[in-house]
Amino acid sequence: MSFHPQMDYGRGHHKSARALPEEGPAFAYTAENRARMEEICTRYPPERRKSAILYALFVAQQQQGHLTLNAMRHVAEFIGCTPAEVEDVVSYYVMFFTRPTGKYVLQVCRTLSCALMGAERVTEELSNVLGLKPGETDATREFTLLEVECLGACDKAPVVGVNDDWHECQRPEDARALVDGLRTKGTSALSGCHLKVTS
Amino acid sequence: MTEPILTRYIREANCHTLAFYEKTGGYKALKKAIGMTPDAVVEQVKASGLRGRGGAGFPTGMKWQFVDKKSPKPKYICCNADESEPGTFKDHVLMERNPHLLFEGCLIGCHAIGAKVAYIYIRGEFYHVQLVLEAELAKARAAGYVGKNIMGTGFDCEIHIHRGAGAYEAGEETALIESLEGKRAQPRIKPPFPAVEGLWGCPTAVNNVETLCNVPFIIEHGVEWFTKIGPEKNSGPKLFCISGHVQKPGTYEASMDVSFRDLIYDPKYAGGIRGGHKLKAVIPGGSSVPVLLPDQLDIPASFDGLVKAGSMLGSAGAIVMDETTCMVWAAENLLYFYKHESCGKCTPCREGGDWLHRLLGKIERGEGEMRDLDLLLSVANNIMGKTLCAFGDAEATPVLSTISRFRDEYEAHIREGRCTVPAPWRAGTRAMAAH
Repeated sequence: MSFHPQMDYGRGHHKSARALPEEGPAFAYTAENRARMEEICTRYPPERRKSAILYALFVAQQQQGHLTLNAMRHVAEFIGCTPAEVEDVVSYYVMFFTRPTGKYVLQVCRTLSCALMGAERVTEELSNVLGLKPGETDATREFTLLEVECLGACDKAPVVGVNDDWHECQRPEDARALVDGLRTKGTSALSGCHLKVTS
Repeated sequence: MTEPILTRYIREANCHTLAFYEKTGGYKALKKAIGMTPDAVVEQVKASGLRGRGGAGFPTGMKWQFVDKKSPKPKYICCNADESEPGTFKDHVLMERNPHLLFEGCLIGCHAIGAKVAYIYIRGEFYHVQLVLEAELAKARAAGYVGKNIMGTGFDCEIHIHRGAGAYEAGEETALIESLEGKRAQPRIKPPFPAVEGLWGCPTAVNNVETLCNVPFIIEHGVEWFTKIGPEKNSGPKLFCISGHVQKPGTYEASMDVSFRDLIYDPKYAGGIRGGHKLKAVIPGGSSVPVLLPDQLDIPASFDGLVKAGSMLGSAGAIVMDETTCMVWAAENLLYFYKHESCGKCTPCREGGDWLHRLLGKIERGEGEMRDLDLLLSVANNIMGKTLCAFGDAEATPVLSTISRFRDEYEAHIREGRCTVPAPWRAGTRAMAAH
């Protein structure tokens, strides 16, 4: 069947157009991270070590900030699978970064419930304040601005994920306050409801 | 239903702790269940009519009964805590404020199907919830509720938490299993269903968080008590998530005889539309179900009630839109989501989602032509029912249902060559105001 001739199919963003991750410096888990990973591997039957791959990648990412080919090779060796299998997983899940990120990764939820409450404007204002387009990191690697899909906090829309925490009910006009708050007070500037739950 | 059941204590201090849970009668149902035969537990859950809270509404007792108990392989429970359907945020509350209820549900489920291990698959973005779960799990283990010889009964059962890494598709049960096995979250061909060949090829039951949280109450209070809550075949307490243009967005517990109009307008629940605006449309069950119009809301908010009204209860995440919302824009927003989250396994979904999003963008920008509407319908109908999992249907639904109910609005966009419902809360509006 013929589609509309004006559609620029195949020329825009497409998953297959992804750039390969960089080689990066030599990588190995620290002794502490290795021990942590060995503990996590005990959650799965010994012959099912591959199940720990997501955790293994999170720990590598935490150690180095982002995932390089060398880090993936190390994870492959640790898990006992091929580097191709690791890359397969890394390229699928959105929480793995193959390029350096800022200290604070601001993730504005752009899906419907947040968008209805003004998330598009939140992104615009954060973009203005930081001088970054979504997907970019600033030169000093302090902030990365991202648009992400539903974070599951639609009642506190618009939500901005900041690394592993949430900042809720973010108004467009408070973009400057959020950025300044993170700069001066760190994550204690955040308002996520979970921050009130203590274990 | 007068008193909330699942969320009764969520506003109290330290409600997530083991001490609080024990004080309010926690882990009593587990002891009772272990004293029953596994078959009796399955029968009781079956008789209660409990239906899966994740979206499909499949009877939980049946799911457990289908698990191949004669198989020599180990059995598993996988708790689906991937909650990533747009508009849904109920499991988050349960896990953060009542983690032990989930553990108890998992343990009872394991006893029922003969499993020794349960995995809670939690989405990566819920890391802050995972920390609560892990801390409380360690306490439950230390107190002898999880692990070897639970409460001195000789029953062994482990619970592990597995972190996802950002994939909507991982909420589909076979994709969740693939992800748990350390692969891309892509669905499998069914049959075989997980009950026969699931995690690592072993019999597996995949249950939603809220579903498992209902189980301890069914064991403790019995079938009769449970079936009295809500309408027939739709029994038990239910969490509803209301978000969007309402006065009080939030998670509300009710029985399924509550009407959708009450959930949106009653001051007990979402308290009406914000700022004097008028209701335009509701997507009642997470973004994947057909929209309802304001005159369709006087129906019970139950699995069967919503089907009768031409929609689905889904995950019970209602997204409410007032008259400032452009439905073409809303469909475009959702199709960006589906295009982004398609796992890429089936061609109709992977390629079709991209096409739908481009066509909707073209119309929203004012560059559409009337024949684009037929093209949209054609592409959507070629995705619907032609994919391995329900994602394809979910992707086609926002397009099909908004065109069938708001065709005038689509045509106005095309005729006038612009968005006819621009809202002050959308992108580019500051620049517009400045000129």
